[in-house]
Amino acid sequence: MSDATPTPTATPERPQLPAQSPPADPAETAVASDKAGSGGKLSWWRGDGGDGAKRNLGLIGVLAALIVVGAVTKPDLYGDPNWVWNNVLAILQLASVVGVVTVGMTFVIIGGGIDLSVGAIVALAGVWCTTVATQSYGAGGMIFTALAVGVCVGLVNGVLISYGRLVPFIATLAMLVAARGLAASISNKQTQVSSSTFINDIAARKVIGIPILVYILGAVVLAGWVVLNRTTFGRRTIAVGGNPEAARLAGINVRRHTMLLYALSGLCCGIAAIMLTSQATSAQAAMANLYELDAIAAAIIGGTLLSGGRGTIVGSLLGVIIFATITNLFAINGLSIEAQNMVKGGIIVAAVLVQQFQFKSVTRLLARNRVTTAT
Amino acid sequence: MALPEDDPATASAEAVAEAPLVEAPADTVAGEVVLRLTDLVKTFPGVRALDGVQLEVRAGEVHCLLGQNGAGKSTLIKVLAGVHQPDSGQVEWRGEPATFANPQAAMKAGIATIYQELDLVEDLSVAENAFLGHEYRSFGFVRRGRMARHTRQILSRLGHGEIPPGRMVRSLPAAGKQIVSMARALSHEARLIIMDEPSAVLAHDEVGNLFRIIRELTAQGIAVIYISHRLEEIREIGDRVTVLKDGRTTAANLPARDTPTRDLVSRMTGRTIEYVFPDRPTDDSAGADLLQVEGLTRTGEFADVSLNVRAGEIVGIAGLVGSGRSELLETIYGARLPEAGTVRMDGKVLRPGVGAAVRAGMGMAPEERKSQALLLGEPIYRNVTLATFGRYARLGFTNAAKERAEADRIAETLELRPRDVDRPVRTLSGGNQQKVVVGRWLLGGTKLLLLDEPTRGVDVGARAELYQVIRALAAQGVGVLLVSSEVPEVLGLADRVLVMREGRVVREAAAGELDENTVLDLVMAGSLMEGAPA
Ligand SMILES: Nc1ncnc2c1ncn2[C@@H]1O[C@H](COP(=O)(O)OP(=O)(O)OP(=O)(O)O)[C@@H](O)[C@H]1O
Ligand SMILES: [Mg+2]
Repeated sequence: MSDATPTPTATPERPQLPAQSPPADPAETAVASDKAGSGGKLSWWRGDGGDGAKRNLGLIGVLAALIVVGAVTKPDLYGDPNWVWNNVLAILQLASVVGVVTVGMTFVIIGGGIDLSVGAIVALAGVWCTTVATQSYGAGGMIFTALAVGVCVGLVNGVLISYGRLVPFIATLAMLVAARGLAASISNKQTQVSSSTFINDIAARKVIGIPILVYILGAVVLAGWVVLNRTTFGRRTIAVGGNPEAARLAGINVRRHTMLLYALSGLCCGIAAIMLTSQATSAQAAMANLYELDAIAAAIIGGTLLSGGRGTIVGSLLGVIIFATITNLFAINGLSIEAQNMVKGGIIVAAVLVQQFQFKSVTRLLARNRVTTAT
Repeated sequence: MALPEDDPATASAEAVAEAPLVEAPADTVAGEVVLRLTDLVKTFPGVRALDGVQLEVRAGEVHCLLGQNGAGKSTLIKVLAGVHQPDSGQVEWRGEPATFANPQAAMKAGIATIYQELDLVEDLSVAENAFLGHEYRSFGFVRRGRMARHTRQILSRLGHGEIPPGRMVRSLPAAGKQIVSMARALSHEARLIIMDEPSAVLAHDEVGNLFRIIRELTAQGIAVIYISHRLEEIREIGDRVTVLKDGRTTAANLPARDTPTRDLVSRMTGRTIEYVFPDRPTDDSAGADLLQVEGLTRTGEFADVSLNVRAGEIVGIAGLVGSGRSELLETIYGARLPEAGTVRMDGKVLRPGVGAAVRAGMGMAPEERKSQALLLGEPIYRNVTLATFGRYARLGFTNAAKERAEADRIAETLELRPRDVDRPVRTLSGGNQQKVVVGRWLLGGTKLLLLDEPTRGVDVGARAELYQVIRALAAQGVGVLLVSSEVPEVLGLADRVLVMREGRVVREAAAGELDENTVLDLVMAGSLMEGAPA
């Protein structure tokens, strides 16, 4: 019977390792490694999230398994290194837009909330930045508009939730409906074609053989990781989500921070809107449909706790990549979307089961209580 | 409000409760060994929490467990309660080897437990919590009326007939929750009742109630395992004492009344501790007024409270649980909005909100560590610096090395065990978690400390260290406002004492002018104690 906390294992994959990451100054390395020596065996790798990183290793295992499945079903394709490389790029490109949205979603969920309106914000930002009027300002105007729309809508969410005291689920559900409605009325339900070659090139071009969209994803993930693990903003996010009362009594402005988290999610949606518009060279009110579900699912299988206070950017990224790999796998095998969705559903359930198993020791008493009261 | 033993209200409550509080099973034989543990071992990753524990408990006795923070007391009782499984060693229950695979199994066998950390379901009612897992049922339906009646009966016996069984647990104060978890343990038919620091959240008179109940229990042949860091309590209620140190039994079955304190302490800690309060400064070194509170009022909590704290001065607030002390502290800190009155720091009126108070230099260690202070899954160092990480940060980037160093310094001063600041706080023992909560505000940079029960659950050795640290901070000009249910602590540590009763300050005096009995008379005087002996 395992009643202790999950036994951590030393892993080479340790993105949040304070001691492993590039430290701000040399002194930090010295102190950190010094601690490793004195703090007892294995303490050097313990840090921001022993469990989280262990789970990431599990996700990499899932990814490896998917690749093996691919190699077994299509041995001829996987025999060609050129094809494999291009396929990897295709998967990453497929993951890029949802990936950017998921980074914002991860922050919101760690901060104890949820954002159901991300897909709708992407659509609204996409439509707004491709109106004739906006396009007349050129690519710069379009990018600015998309980002500004994203941030503003996110701020509205944030204000409603933190100052209006609406439940995040309700507030962002309302925003989902409203933002799509606004997008439809702005675009007059038409598809708006982007005539900016700069915007359209973003998705079409590669730099050193890698699509620009993948660079954008990489940049957003890196920025998200740094903000979550290295800044006071990230620290506040974890505190606000983990124990809001403790955060408040420690002098953290919980409401303002909650508001900012939704604005951050909105910003990510704005970036995603540009990427998606570029991919389609157009925007319409129905774009980014159900992205909220993809993003939430990716965050959850990445180990972000829905109740807040814990989660990793790397886990979320792996979650997105796993979903993209499944889509890719089904595509190369010519299988239906329906079968694909069923497999995705299964993976979400399995991931949540694993999560519950991990927290079993903590919640054991409560779980017992719930069972007995339910009878 | 707590009621004294001979109060008429309790007497009428007793009329309701003809039946004994807890039914001892019919075959209980007083004096027989009910529980024997041999060489019990339990390890957690990186920690040997129990490393060969021996324990023998007899029916009808109060067996006390003593040990420093992190010695393994709570782990031991969790093994008994079926929460943890031992790695090795034998548990002998009523003469037969036993394993308790889960808490239900232990309860069925007749072991009821009051845990150190509250384990109530906040969104269920008092009665539902008391009978959680063993509800009265007929034909699959819960018999609410009967449960409520029985709960009310138990609560009255605990001296808290005023807690409505239908009330949501969430809305109760910390002490109320403690009473409910006691009621839960007492709602079982038990042969052994384990109490892990039940008195930590209770006020003086409530401890009296608790002891009366323990005596009733043991008179029926029920065995009690009692854990506390207060030696006076062990002297008063205990029969035999077993001492744990670093997961090992260092002394077993000592007589609770006659074993010299020095003996107990040295077996617990491996050294001798002068359990004394630091000396007060001889001259009047306190500076100008730091905190001025005028006419502060919140209906139903406290009324018209005025007080001041000078720089370098320790002001203690004595009073019963429920006398409005914690609420007062939280209001001064900006966590609750006052209905009337002002709070001034350095002569300037504070804007509402915790943020303004913290910026003005206040820091508060709240009453309830788990719900109000800790991020249980986060490392110790991040909990210690939760209020100050911004101070070490540059351009918004945190400085983890500096934070670790600061946390490690506090860990050393307060004897945190284990002293690895990267561990999650969840894995610390209760007393060590408390040190993290208080340690958060001892890092320096705070001008006024508001401490609500700072030594709750902290062992004698670390307690003395904590007093030293607080006094040293005062010597540097920090003002301290201290709330404690332990009157000797208030009298010993504070320079000046305010006595609160029912939300009002009834007496203010230099600590030297008061003694424990005077303070106790003051806090309990009035309507509730009319005619009661002092
Ligand atoms: N779930 C856990 N995971 C890892 N270590 C743990 C866990 N629970 C307890 N420990 C460790 O086991 C040791 C014993 O803890 P325990 O809670 O039994 O102490 P205690 O004697 O009850 O102390 P206190 O007086 O502070 O309540 C401590 O070092 C603690 O850090
Ligand atoms: Mg304990």
